Amino acid sequence: MLQCGIDGLTGGMLYAIIALGYTMVYGIVELINFAHGDLFMLGCFFGLTLLSVLGLNTPDPSTAMVFVGIALMFLLTPIFCAAVNLGVDRLIYKPLRNAPKLTSLVSAIGVSFVFMNLGQFWSGMLPEADGRSVQAASDRSFPGLIPADNLLDGPIRFTSRDLLVVAITIPIMVALTAFVRFTSMGKAMRATAQNPTAARLMGIDVDRVISMTFLIGGALAGVASIIYCLTITRIGYTVGFQNGLYAFTAAVLGGIGNIPGAVLGGLLIGVIRAIGDAYVGSAWSSALVFLILILILVFRPTGLLGTNAREKV
Amino acid sequence: MRRFPWMLLGFVLLAAYPAIPGLNEGIRGTIDTSLGARLTTLFVYGMLALGLHLIVGLTGMFHLGIGAFFGIGAFVTGIVMVKDPSYPFSWPFWVAIPLSGGIAAVVGVMLSGPTLRLRGDYLALVTLGFGEVIRYTLRNLSEITGGTRTLSPAAPDFPGFKPDQWNSGFEMQYVFCLLALFITWVLVGNLERSRLGRAWVAMREDELAASCMGLNIARLKLAAFALGCFIAGMAGSILAFQQGNTADPDFYGFNTSINTLSCLILGGLGSRNGVLLGVFLLFGFDRLFADLLDNIIRSSFRIESWYLKFAFWKMGVFGLALILFMRFRPSGLLSSSREVHSPAAPAVPEAAK
Repeated sequence: MLQCGIDGLTGGMLYAIIALGYTMVYGIVELINFAHGDLFMLGCFFGLTLLSVLGLNTPDPSTAMVFVGIALMFLLTPIFCAAVNLGVDRLIYKPLRNAPKLTSLVSAIGVSFVFMNLGQFWSGMLPEADGRSVQAASDRSFPGLIPADNLLDGPIRFTSRDLLVVAITIPIMVALTAFVRFTSMGKAMRATAQNPTAARLMGIDVDRVISMTFLIGGALAGVASIIYCLTITRIGYTVGFQNGLYAFTAAVLGGIGNIPGAVLGGLLIGVIRAIGDAYVGSAWSSALVFLILILILVFRPTGLLGTNAREKV
Repeated sequence: MRRFPWMLLGFVLLAAYPAIPGLNEGIRGTIDTSLGARLTTLFVYGMLALGLHLIVGLTGMFHLGIGAFFGIGAFVTGIVMVKDPSYPFSWPFWVAIPLSGGIAAVVGVMLSGPTLRLRGDYLALVTLGFGEVIRYTLRNLSEITGGTRTLSPAAPDFPGFKPDQWNSGFEMQYVFCLLALFITWVLVGNLERSRLGRAWVAMREDELAASCMGLNIARLKLAAFALGCFIAGMAGSILAFQQGNTADPDFYGFNTSINTLSCLILGGLGSRNGVLLGVFLLFGFDRLFADLLDNIIRSSFRIESWYLKFAFWKMGVFGLALILFMRFRPSGLLSSSREVHSPAAPAVPEAAK
């Protein structure tokens, strides 16, 4: 049971980080950014490309190079994802800002398809370590730069990969909370989320706030993709869809638009999955996640931490 | 002046297609695919999209899991009609088709009952999650559903026809599926003009105003779910006959749901004819034209690289089409005669920018 808790919480942190990207964008522009999961997937391939460029795709790289490589990945991938996310917003979502909600949602689905196709292409263009070319649709292995050895003695497993997840995600979540709570940009974000028109009238540059949100959300997806690559070590063009769906579920579970809610939802989904894997069978654990989501929404239609906003007439 | 009945003309032309001797064979000779068989699949998707049209187009509920009900229909038919001694049913097809629709409708009502008070994004997510639950269930209960091994229902035996005639050529399937689509199209049209259909549209436009006018919102939503899922289930049943098996449960996942929804949006949300136009454009592109273009490219340029195939970029082209449509023609090709969206009131007045 304790093992389930550890596995679930570390897995859930990954969902939480992706979910933050969903929830922040939703909070500001009320758009379910369907392409967010696929942005995460593109981040994975960017990371893999970076490794090939650095020559770390070989069986036995030196320890120093591994450190440099991991540091570079954590630096460059978020920049890449943030830039892509911002570009997509400027190019595609921004002209639709005042259109009905469905319109931007459908274009987000379109962006997701385009990303998936690009990911498939990217996957096919990257040769394997030994120079073989690969099938574009098949999964790629990502070099296991971080060993999966147990750090604890005894039956409970807590690997160095788990440590990496915790060591990266917790500071990020703390920093994000502090950013939203204490900086003037964070304050502007909260104001815009509450009421964009009023925020604009108060002199807040709403467009800048929106750009900032897409930047942060994209960077979080980039961080999540590197964590995913280093811990799961298998990527494919569909990882964005699968993990995006869980992360999205996490965001809604916690109350979409709510930052602590996304973290809570992510952790909850991680734990549910781990318990499902251990006690019900891994084939059923995904079904279990969605079943619990439906139940929670039936009894708390705005999610666990969501506030019950009255419908405006 | 009455408008020219373009849709009827289309149905008549489609009905005439298999009657012209040698036409299908001739086309097969030039493009290397049986156009008749491909069209038959499109008819089934057309039915599915008309089912979704009742829920999304007329009623305005954002449903992202219609594929699951398609799958329920297919697998119910597979279970009650498979030729396997361990399955005790072996029922005739005219029981299986309405039964598949009925079970899909019951499941749809069971889902929608508790979710009636959810709206918009939350409803979308619950239907999406429910679709995934169904997909996993179909896959994991493989003792009953056959899972990824799939079940093969017996070919329907129409009185007066030999039982092997269903599979011997495309004609019989073609006529049957076209007829099913036509009947659904007519019924959906009547439904739209009925008291129920007008109530749905009223609710779509303004739920609060509709309920103030004395419409029972909960009952209307349940009716839309039940009827839409019924049609989707029957379409699934017919798909199982047409394909000869129930197909991999993964087929009934999010992709099929979202593609069907895209047909509606492309054709024009709320327009019954637009739905069919969307199906023919989108699934036609997916199942027919992409391959066709590839054949042409391959034969004229002799290119073999995997990424220079048109079929490889299908998903991206499709996504791009969605983006461009939303940007430049968000109401679809044929927007419904009644306004779907109230003209978008800008959230921020122009002067404030």
